[in-house]
Amino acid sequence: MLGSVLLHLLVLLLFAPLLLGVITKTKAAFAGRVGAPLLLPYYDLARLWRKGFVLSQTTSWVFLAGPAVGLVVPLLAALLLPLGPLAAPLSFRGDLILFVYLFALGRFFTATAALDTGSSFEGMGAAREVSFSCLAEPTLFFVLLALARCGNSLTLNGMLGGHLAALWASTTGAALALLVVCLLVLLLVENSRIPFDDPNTHLELTMVHEVMVLDHSGPALALIHYGAALKLMVLGALIVRLLLPFETGQLALDLTFFLVGLLLLAVVVGVIESTMARLRLPRVPQVLVGTSLLSLFALVLILR
Amino acid sequence: MTNIVLLLILLINFYALGTARLVAGIRAVALQGALLALLPPLAHGLHGHTLFLTLVSLSLKGLLIPWLLQRAIREVRIRREIEPLIGYVPTLILGTLVTVGSFLFSDFLPLAPEHYRSLFIPAALATLFSGFLLLMTRRKAITQVLGYLIMENGIFIFAVLLAEAMPLTVEAGVLLDLLVATFVMGIVMNQINREFAALSTRSLTALKE
Repeated sequence: MLGSVLLHLLVLLLFAPLLLGVITKTKAAFAGRVGAPLLLPYYDLARLWRKGFVLSQTTSWVFLAGPAVGLVVPLLAALLLPLGPLAAPLSFRGDLILFVYLFALGRFFTATAALDTGSSFEGMGAAREVSFSCLAEPTLFFVLLALARCGNSLTLNGMLGGHLAALWASTTGAALALLVVCLLVLLLVENSRIPFDDPNTHLELTMVHEVMVLDHSGPALALIHYGAALKLMVLGALIVRLLLPFETGQLALDLTFFLVGLLLLAVVVGVIESTMARLRLPRVPQVLVGTSLLSLFALVLILR
Repeated sequence: MTNIVLLLILLINFYALGTARLVAGIRAVALQGALLALLPPLAHGLHGHTLFLTLVSLSLKGLLIPWLLQRAIREVRIRREIEPLIGYVPTLILGTLVTVGSFLFSDFLPLAPEHYRSLFIPAALATLFSGFLLLMTRRKAITQVLGYLIMENGIFIFAVLLAEAMPLTVEAGVLLDLLVATFVMGIVMNQINREFAALSTRSLTALKE
């Protein structure tokens, strides 16, 4: 039990920042640049961790709780989710609801930490982030419900088991493809990537997620970046598991296969970011509602 | 394979309901027509009759009518639907409700046993109703033509089920009707544009002074 928990966390903690590196590298390749080294996110985290700390006098403990919760939440969520061949160490009936609301908890704390600074600018970012995510939440629920119906199980372990490989070949395959598309949109929204938000922008009017973390510095900022990378990996693991449910039975081989799948997903995210422009702000809710409807439609296809 | 084609057709319905750009809408309808052309051979196997249907519907629905529409909007110089009667998100929601409704409804229909639980009937109904929705909720004549085309596509999906039983002349007649209707709408659009300097059908309902 303890061994599997440790292995799960170790894979997650060591691998997650690499995904960010791959995304940056892909974008650089599209722009015709050499790009930052793949391991730059690790160096960045180490550099931030050694730095000092500036705390505004108007802030309270909530300001520090934001980054901490932001790091712990993806770790807890990962324990409920099978990482490729590694079955989830924690599993109980209905854990999919906890999975969804763990992310909501993290978001709540990030938003309150932003509000805690008293800056109206950060309040604007928090408002945008919260309104986007409340539109994205139905999608995740519909997708998970559809998967639960497919696997006849209310645990994430059972939903993402080996039966998915057979399902892809059957007539439900088309509905599963819709679910993958919905999850991909969700991944982009939740991790504030283009076309919904730009993690690199520092233009005041267009910032959404980045606004909220403006006042964090040093180790707190490192925690936030690390938490973001972990979140990307956890949601990515859900997609990769759904898309490539094949298992050979050898743990090391399967794990490598899964991690390569994650890297490919990061490349796909990089390609999307380089080829698409950002959506106008009023268009984002429209797209998110459309995605929710798509997932609802997939659910109906699976239910009938 | 048939199911994937039908699913893509359903997705195009959603896209056509949600998009504001006319060029994108026309392309979507053209793609839908091209996908429809794949259905007869997929459903009934490849022989003379189905091949004819495929070729005619591909050239009409996939190429000729979209080309006519593209030319029409180039002449009247409009790019997007500015003010639909019902907004895009509500239309999308209505579209999903209609689609889900046709899935539920088709389970209750007394169908031939080989059509039971196939995706054909619900897809046909959903496409029909989506086209109807587009026709009702938009003001520009060109989007209304698109709605009419999508509606006709829904009828075509129904007809594919009967392709074995239906004589060729009936199908040819339907396709010809469609082409003529698009022609007429093109002329009407030009006239509206010349009279009112806008392509909104709302101007037609106002009385003359």
